[in-house]
Parts: sequence; C-alpha cells; structure tokens
Amino acid sequence: MRKSLRFRIGFPLLVLAIILPMLFPFVWMLLSAFKTQVDIISWPPKFFFSPTLLNFRKVISEQNFMLYLKNSSIVAFCAVAFSLALGLPAAYSIARFQQKKLSVLILIARLMPGISFLMPWYIIFSRLGLMDSYIALILSHMLIALPVVVWVMSAYFESIPREMEESAMVDGATLQRAFMTIIIPLSVPGVVTATTLSFIFSWNNFMFSQVLSMQKTRTLPIAVYNFMSYAEVDWGGVMAAAVAIMAPAIILTMVFQKYVVKGLTMGAVKG
Amino acid sequence: MIKSGFFERNLRYIFPLPALIFVLLLMVFPVGYTLFISFTDWTLTSGRPLKVVGLESYLTVLKEPRFLDALGRTFAFTFGAVVAESILGTTIALVLNREFRGKNALKFILLLPLVATPVAIGIVWNLFYDPTIGFLNYVLSVLGLPQSGWVTASATVLPSLVIVDIWQWTPMIALIVLAGLAGLSTEPYESAKVDGASSVQTLVHITLPLLAPTILTAIILRAIDALKTYDIIYAMTQGGPGYASETLNILAYKFSFEYFNLGQASAILVFLFFVVLLFSLGVMQLRKRFEQ
Repeated sequence: MRKSLRFRIGFPLLVLAIILPMLFPFVWMLLSAFKTQVDIISWPPKFFFSPTLLNFRKVISEQNFMLYLKNSSIVAFCAVAFSLALGLPAAYSIARFQQKKLSVLILIARLMPGISFLMPWYIIFSRLGLMDSYIALILSHMLIALPVVVWVMSAYFESIPREMEESAMVDGATLQRAFMTIIIPLSVPGVVTATTLSFIFSWNNFMFSQVLSMQKTRTLPIAVYNFMSYAEVDWGGVMAAAVAIMAPAIILTMVFQKYVVKGLTMGAVKG
Repeated sequence: MIKSGFFERNLRYIFPLPALIFVLLLMVFPVGYTLFISFTDWTLTSGRPLKVVGLESYLTVLKEPRFLDALGRTFAFTFGAVVAESILGTTIALVLNREFRGKNALKFILLLPLVATPVAIGIVWNLFYDPTIGFLNYVLSVLGLPQSGWVTASATVLPSLVIVDIWQWTPMIALIVLAGLAGLSTEPYESAKVDGASSVQTLVHITLPLLAPTILTAIILRAIDALKTYDIIYAMTQGGPGYASETLNILAYKFSFEYFNLGQASAILVFLFFVVLLFSLGVMQLRKRFEQ
C-alpha cells in the first residue's frame, strides 16, 4: 500500500496526540514520587531534579504498608478463588442448560449501585460481629469478582462445541468429570481473562473496604486515601504510595494484555 | 447411558446452586432489605426502634434541595462525560484502525487508565489540579490565561471531575469500538470502492451505521458506571467544596455512613437504581431500532 507523505507525517503526530495526554498523569506521578517536598512545591514545576528514594522508604516504614499489602492480597486472592469455584460451574450451566434467570440476576447486580448492598451488609455484618474481618471483606469483593467470572466464562463456554464433552461421556465419563478434565483445560484463556480482570477490580475497590474494614483489615486503596487526608499533604509520600498500589495491576495488564482487552470489550462487541 | 446417580441427574441444578445461594444471600436479600428500609424512618443515631412510614422518606428526600441538586449533577456529570468519551473514543478507534508498528504498545497505554486504582488516579489529578503547585495552573499561566481553582472552586469542580472521567474512560470506548471495527465484514467496503465512494462517504454511510450497535452498547456500559461514579469523586472532593460535587451516590453514602439516616439513604438509592434502570432500558430500545 502506498502512503502519502502527508499520512506519514500526520499519522505519528495523531498517535502522539493520543498518547501524550493518556500517559502524562502517570509520568507526573512517577516523577513526583521521586521528588522531595521542596521540589514538588517549587514553582514553576520541575522536570529535572535529583531523585530521592525517601518517599518510598517512608511509605514502607511509617504507614503500615506491609500490613495493607497483605490485606489487599488476601482479600483479592480469596475473592477471586472463591468466585471461580462458584462461578465456573454456574457459568457452565448458563451456557449449556440455558439458565437465563441466574444471568439476569447477575446482570441486575451489575446495574445496582454498590451502596445498596453495602448498607444492609454494614448492618448485618455489625450484628454478626464481622466488621473489620476478612470474611466480610472477601464476601463483599466476591460481589465484584463473581459477575466478572460468570459474564466472561458463560460466553467462553458457549464458544466450545458440545461434542467435546459429549464424546467424553460416550466413553463413560460423567458430566462433572468431563467438565473438570475436558472443558476446564480447554477454557484456560477464558479463565485467565476472568481471573485477571476480577483480581484487578477487587484490588482497586475502594467503597466496600472503606466501610467494612478498619485498622486490622484495611486495604491499600483506603490506606492511600487516608495518607491524603492529613492537614498538610505529603505529596511525595502519597505519589510513592500511588505508584506502589498501581504497580501490581499494571504489571498484570502488561503480562496478560490480550486477555484484559478481550475481557473489557467482549460484552459490547459480541451481542 | 450408564447408571446415573442423583448427582448426575440433577447436575443442571447442582452446578449453579452455590452461586445462586451466594447471589440470593448477598445480592437479592440486601437489595430487598434496602427497599424495606426505604419505607421506614430508621436512623442509627436516634436509638429508637424503626417505624414503617410508607413513602415518607421518599417525600422528604424529594423535598430536600441537596437531593435535587445531586440528581441534576449526576445527570450533568454523566451526560458531559459520556458524550465526550463516545466522540473521542470513536475518533481514536478510527485513527488507530490500521496496522502500524507499536500498535500493541499503544493499546497497553490505552489500558493504563482503565486498570489503575481509581483512588490513586484521583489523588494524582488532585496534584495536577492544585491551585498553587499544580501543573495545570502552570500551563495556564504560561499560556497567559487566568488561573483556575479547578476542584477547589464550586464553579469549576464538576467540569474538572468530568475531565478526569473523560481521561480515565475514553480508552474503554476506543478499545470497544476498535474491537467492533475488527469484526466488520469487508464486503460493503469493496462495493463502495467500486462505486467510487470517498473515504468520508464510506465513514458516514458504511462504517458508522455498522458500528452503531457497538457504540450504543459501549455508551450503555459507560453511562451505567458514570451514573454510579464514586471512587474518583470521593477521593478528590468528598462531594465538596460545600456540596458542589455531590452526586446521588456520594449523597447516599453520606446519608448512610455519615448521618446514619438509613431510611432516607435507602430512598435515595432506590431513586438512583431507577435512574440507572430507566436509562439502560431506554438505550437498549434505541439499539434495537438500529439493529433492524
């Protein structure tokens, strides 16, 4: 294909016009994370400065960062694992037995504002003495992860021909055995998509943890937010914390880029 | 078939059962509970037992100026953000819809705002917007323009939050439309070429109509989330200054967890749910018409 000179110059410029505004906030966050408070509040803003690791040290040592990291990891891992355990068979039965009611219920959950679950949970979990417990947090985060698993996986299972498990069952395998040994291994790409997306959404969740967690189980987004609400904002420290909290989600996205794109766009394109 | 026990025969009910129980206990029951509370005068602060008061909470909320303001703001925020995101996102997708080196890297950059923690994004933008040390006021001063209070001034706070939402979610529309473009059949384009259609004509008469269902679905998904935006707004302004950026979701949060006025908070949530529901149904109707 021949390309005109105007295209060869114009196109890269257009791409640059898309990239720069997308990327700049991240660049600014990274730069600020390595600045001293003096460099951050200097006017005009500095692009060149001598970098410091002080902010990161401060975040790790002063802010109980390791505890929050542990809490965020426990909650996200468990919420995703349990959601897969509940969601995979459910998605399979939606795909194979046309159980539309469950998928409609989950769709409605997608429409509801999170607080309409959160307020009753707050009352119930307080009565049960489960405030500030991992159980309450994991259950609430499953509400984020389970719809993702069911949504992604029911579409994926539908794309697998029925002959796969039928031939296994002719050979004498039970359906649940065919599901475990034939269908699940065939569905690894879908499971990767569902796992990555639901992990990221749980990791990033702010609202549920804000209400249901306190000192003991506080997760990273709350910690980062609290970091900000001091009288005088320690911008360098906050930016270092922001970098640290975003890093896992961004690394996951880098590794599983194809799957993340697929998961984010599938609902709209398919139907 | 070979012998099949109880488990095998009822697999279609057993498989979805755990998920169903979870959904009933943690989704359906709480929503029903919220609906019930909305018909009571329950507050956690007064200590008296709750009384069923029918529609009183709804009427009180409807007369509350903060509610009406928040309702208008929620619409303004959603409308501004979603319109800009659809136009920008579709444009970006059309620009990127060709093979070029670095396309994957570019897609990765588009994913960044979507996967980054919203609270952290809000904080980064707060530094950007800071009236005294923020980068954006520096840019304004370089351009010789008057400086802005951004999220710290009531007049500019909502547009400033809309800008953050546009920055964060335009890539979502772009990626969806890109995926939609990849799935279009090449046939209409070939006949258009034979007929000597210009590229603008092809875009207006072929590409956009074919993409309309995809774009509309993207708009539904986006608008549902925009109506419920919470993290970014709470992290950046907590609904302030004053009440200037209080949307329905923020208002419901404050009524629930700051004032513990559960009856009225529930009424607000029921309103918000109906707004989301009516909107979704409306756009789906529109989409059906496009598909015919």
